[in-house]
Amino acid sequence: MSELSVNHLLGIKYLTKEDINLIFETADHFKEVINRPIKKVPSLRDITIANLFFENSTRTRLSFELAEKRLSADVINFSAASSSVKKGETLIDTVNNILSMKVDMVVMRHPNPGAGVFLSKHVNASIVNAGDGAHEHPTQALLDSYSIREKLGEVGGKKVVIVGDILHSRVALSNIFALKLQGAEVKVCGPKTLIPKYIDKLGVTVETNLTKALEWCDVANMLRVQNERMEISYFPSTREYTQQFGVNKRLLDSLDKEIVIMHPGPINRGVEITSDVADSKQAIILDQVQNGVAVRMAVIYLLASKIKQ
Amino acid sequence: MSQKLLLSAKEIDIILHRLACQLIENHTHFEDTVLIGVQPRGIFLADRIKEVLVRDYGLSSVKMGHLDITFYRDDFRRGEKPLEANKTHIDFTVEDKRVVFIDDVLYTGRSIRSALTAIQSFGRPREIELLTLIDRRFSRHLPIQPNYRGRQVDAINQEKVKVHWVENGGEDAVYLINN
Repeated sequence: MSELSVNHLLGIKYLTKEDINLIFETADHFKEVINRPIKKVPSLRDITIANLFFENSTRTRLSFELAEKRLSADVINFSAASSSVKKGETLIDTVNNILSMKVDMVVMRHPNPGAGVFLSKHVNASIVNAGDGAHEHPTQALLDSYSIREKLGEVGGKKVVIVGDILHSRVALSNIFALKLQGAEVKVCGPKTLIPKYIDKLGVTVETNLTKALEWCDVANMLRVQNERMEISYFPSTREYTQQFGVNKRLLDSLDKEIVIMHPGPINRGVEITSDVADSKQAIILDQVQNGVAVRMAVIYLLASKIKQ
Repeated sequence: MSQKLLLSAKEIDIILHRLACQLIENHTHFEDTVLIGVQPRGIFLADRIKEVLVRDYGLSSVKMGHLDITFYRDDFRRGEKPLEANKTHIDFTVEDKRVVFIDDVLYTGRSIRSALTAIQSFGRPREIELLTLIDRRFSRHLPIQPNYRGRQVDAINQEKVKVHWVENGGEDAVYLINN
């Protein structure tokens, strides 16, 4: 297969296993490209991409922008804080105004779940979801799986535990979809208040004891506690959270195997993981960041190849 | 569909030796020379040429890489079929080197145009030459000509030149195919 089954990347939910394989094979080529003395290819020089960020982001926005520039696309950036959204403009109007400037693709982060799907039905451009509320963050899940594949050879058959705030996490949901699609076993681990009801319907199991979860897994993906999405208190104190669900070096060393530690960033050092874990050789956090550029290049390249002239 | 044998295994073998000798004439010890097989089909020819240089002429230090041109092609989004990338493997820089591109068939010249752009990501070569097994005359879209050619062929646009290699799951042979 050499073509994606979709015209937009709205969520992992809409992808097939073959799509993921194609994205990874293409990302392999781009990973080689971004390690050359000159890290740029001219493929997308006639494509214009708008990055619309209605919510704060540092690494995702930079990673997308770099991926787009490495592919030679023209890039325009928009952040809601400094835009007419504040003056009451609707999402469709904002995007259509931008598209009338001959934009071919929109990369959008939005606080509302389903914003990407909504947009894809109403505007004529290829849409990439860069995070929609607590729903999906497909490129993060793809780069996480790609990093596991790079470190352990394959994703299928591996045991992955996602630790932390599952309830508010789009990274968790997209990761669950991606890992299950590729045949990995998935557990979630965190305070009961931060684990959604009916999560077992997604084919994952729940473990509330972190040590047991780590003993079981090959890979632990440590999520950040998203204080900004919490309107009520989900656990008594940060200190208590860290005691029960934080990973430190002593805990890792007590396991009888070496597991891989991942984190989608930004890290709250000393909360979900300690500094010595984040900086240890078991952690592939910075590999994830580098792979993010290659994976996003692959996604953008493959979607752009479906935009007809 | 009819096909005509253009080159047999024996003829290809003779041509490979001649091309290797012509390279040696110009590059002697290959100290500053690197061979670059152009993906996907040029790599078989490049590997064979290198094999002759090493086995028959003792030039074991010849450097060779494989270059993929997919992301540099000028027909992205223009064809019916999506472009599929291949592996690039160049573990040296080409800065100030004499580069020899190796491809099986020179037709429109567009692949080589892409390769000329692609190689610049690995440095600024001192010069670039082109070696090709088959040169399809009168079909060029661009002002590109080979420095070393195996056989010149006159073929009309409906005809295809197909190069088979043992490594590619067949026998060494070149066919002219008429659809």
